[in-house]
Amino acid sequence: MDRSAQTFLDGNAAAGELRDIFVLELSTATTQCASCGKIAAFAEARVYGMEPGLIARCSGCENPLMRVVKSSGRVWLDLRGLQFLEVPTSSV
Amino acid sequence: MAGTAVLGRRLSWLVGTVTEVHDETPAARTIVFDVPDWPGHVAGQHVDVRLTAPDGYSAVRSYSIANAPTANRVEITVVRIDDGEVSPYLTQTVAQGDQLELRGPIGGWFVWRPAQTEPVQLIAGGSGIVPLMAMIRTRALAQSNAPFRLLYSVRNPESVLYAAELRECSRDVSITFAYTRTVPDGWPTPPGRIDAAAVAAHTWPANAAPQCYVCGPTPFVESAADLLRAAGQEPGSIKTERFGPTGG
Repeated sequence: MDRSAQTFLDGNAAAGELRDIFVLELSTATTQCASCGKIAAFAEARVYGMEPGLIARCSGCENPLMRVVKSSGRVWLDLRGLQFLEVPTSSV
Repeated sequence: MAGTAVLGRRLSWLVGTVTEVHDETPAARTIVFDVPDWPGHVAGQHVDVRLTAPDGYSAVRSYSIANAPTANRVEITVVRIDDGEVSPYLTQTVAQGDQLELRGPIGGWFVWRPAQTEPVQLIAGGSGIVPLMAMIRTRALAQSNAPFRLLYSVRNPESVLYAAELRECSRDVSITFAYTRTVPDGWPTPPGRIDAAAVAAHTWPANAAPQCYVCGPTPFVESAADLLRAAGQEPGSIKTERFGPTGG
């Protein structure tokens, strides 16, 4: 598997992992990028990695919206790239 | 209705029993699971599958769900990646009666619901057909009249997934194949990637205001979504699902 290529997945791919942390379904959440201000569904974010951590970047400017690392029985979460996260309370 | 999750429900791992396996192509296999506590799903959602080795090492992979929502039933179609960690097991070793752990359904954005009545444009690259097939099957199960078109890019005729079923539903769904490497005998055009001419000839025009779903490897999705935008489709009407090297 070529992991060096500049490939990425989208927010949908991270939804299972994030469900462990947020409990809510995040793919339908609306995000605003703290860097460029783009408002988009989290599903549209570009997700890199997965193991041992993932980074979700803005599809407009590549600013990191969310970084998640799971290790040694803990989850480390960095959300500084998000201006806001709006989660529908009646999602799928 | 299937797919109505309680807000904040934590997804737990469920045990699925393999009830059926069948080969779609030499490299792709469909696995059918019976999952007694499956909460139901919506076309386009996916499921995480966890394999655990006797030494405790485990690997999780996310697969699109292939079937229309049916009680306790989950189908996935896995394409073998030869140096992958999980797909060789799922496409070669797994057998009827085996038990695997599943978590889902996951995702609520790249979905099609029978309540939608607008025209639908599906564009698949390779095994990106899987969640789109779930939409086609859900449309048929729900007896929806939503007009569907599918543009399906594959390497060669032998790589087409669900070939027989697609032939059958071509009465209801307008289906166009685009072959990238080898075309069938007598095919009118040489092999090639989907381009602006193919999009113009075989997809809904922008004034039909379709909802577009594009699924495939990341570069394919980028290219197809760009072509749809260039053809005048509203950017907000194009939903994409990328898959790519997740470890196989």
